[in-house]
Amino acid sequence: MNFWEKLSNLGKKWIYLMIAICVIVPLFFKFEFKMGKSPSTMGLYNKIESIAPDSFPFLMSYDYDPSTQGELSPMAIAILRHAFASHKRVMLMSLLPQGIGLAEGVTSRVAKEFNEYAIKEGKDTVVYGTDYVVLPFTPGASAVMLSIGESLKNTFVTDYYGNLTDTLECMKNVYNYNQIPVTISLAGSSVPKSWIIYAYTRYNEKIACGVTAVSAADFYPYLRTGQFVGMLTGLRGAAEYENLVRENYNVEGRDIAIIGMSPQSFAHLFIIFMIILGNISYFIVKKQKARSL
Amino acid sequence: MSTNIWVWIAAILTLAIYSFLYKDNIIYKIAEYLLVGVSIGYTTAITWHNVIIAKMVVPVVDYHRYYMIIPAVIGCLMFTRFFKKVSWLSKIPISFVIGAGAGLGLPLAFQTYIIEHSKDTIAIPWHGGNTMLLVDAILIFIGVVATLVYFFFSVKHKGVVGKIANIGIWYIMISFGATFGFTVMARMSLFIDRMQFLLHDWLGLIH
Repeated sequence: MNFWEKLSNLGKKWIYLMIAICVIVPLFFKFEFKMGKSPSTMGLYNKIESIAPDSFPFLMSYDYDPSTQGELSPMAIAILRHAFASHKRVMLMSLLPQGIGLAEGVTSRVAKEFNEYAIKEGKDTVVYGTDYVVLPFTPGASAVMLSIGESLKNTFVTDYYGNLTDTLECMKNVYNYNQIPVTISLAGSSVPKSWIIYAYTRYNEKIACGVTAVSAADFYPYLRTGQFVGMLTGLRGAAEYENLVRENYNVEGRDIAIIGMSPQSFAHLFIIFMIILGNISYFIVKKQKARSL
Repeated sequence: MSTNIWVWIAAILTLAIYSFLYKDNIIYKIAEYLLVGVSIGYTTAITWHNVIIAKMVVPVVDYHRYYMIIPAVIGCLMFTRFFKKVSWLSKIPISFVIGAGAGLGLPLAFQTYIIEHSKDTIAIPWHGGNTMLLVDAILIFIGVVATLVYFFFSVKHKGVVGKIANIGIWYIMISFGATFGFTVMARMSLFIDRMQFLLHDWLGLIH
């Protein structure tokens, strides 16, 4: 068996091993790639920038579960850091029962980390109930989206911790979508499309989304039509957003997505190399077999 | 190295799931069944507290909103499916869901998916003489028409129709390629996340 035949019969375990090496090694050596600023990422960033500080809160829905948190949680963290650093108020919610635990966990962690940084730098800290609020899981995704359009406080009578939403400073004078500058849906499914149907088309609410790379191709048309004001695409979108927050606000914290971009690039290069090599090997082996007949 | 017991449990379960890459084994099976069990248990608990208690028990008991019992009873009719003689009653909640869903969703979905996208395909943008936008719009228009022609099976794909359908195939293939590329990126991102968790949160080997 020659080299090309051996390559054609290469076991998948070897490919897994090589992928693991391509991912693990760059994590130890910090290779930093120049980060771009795609228009879709800028759209969301600029929309949040345009909100007046300490005014009406924007809404962020964690419409994902742990299976896609690797791509979507870095987006949530970056957006929260941006909101906290620029004094933008935010309401967090989830349309999935599994997502609400993630929402609470990620938000508390980012708030704690931001407050440690703010105290050290002598800046304003963030306070639960004033600067951010976590809303509880409410069933019936489309019904919830429509219900927010009628009355936010009837949809969420209490917050995640059981406080009456009427008593929270963050939600003061917030009645429905008219007061919510933008709604962001972070999802690994088609939920952002439902937000367009029930919040954008019905109530003219501005919608943005953060989606997994695998579903990104489905969402680009909505960005083009203006139904989304911005969109973060997979880990790359999260890294671009982290980079924007780092450049403009210099908030302390681990930039998970930026760190993840170098292993991602190495793994992609390896896959491209293997696809080319696999095709060359296929044709050479085919030619050799034809000759030997 | 982490001293948090939950980080250790998560790390061991991550490794247990990845052990499948070598071969199917009992450790993988335990982790898999644990995931299914915990997910269902967690969802049930959240649903019980946030739906049954918060949306039904509290309004009725604390605020005396007795009319809330009506939707609850209609919802419970779904369970009649388990009893053959009265299973027809389950059609009542189903009809509510389908009726309300279709009534609310159809006009909005038509506006969202058909009207807005057709408008965007037909309109040629010319913002400040940006030729790239124009090229973009023309390519999209050709792609939409050619792909629709490819799926039009009432006419034989010969001559002009065949040529346009061929262009449609190219567009579909390019779209498949883009989707496959994005899929690789997505799967790799999830793996990178787990590796960051193991090497940073668990072992503390990277910063």
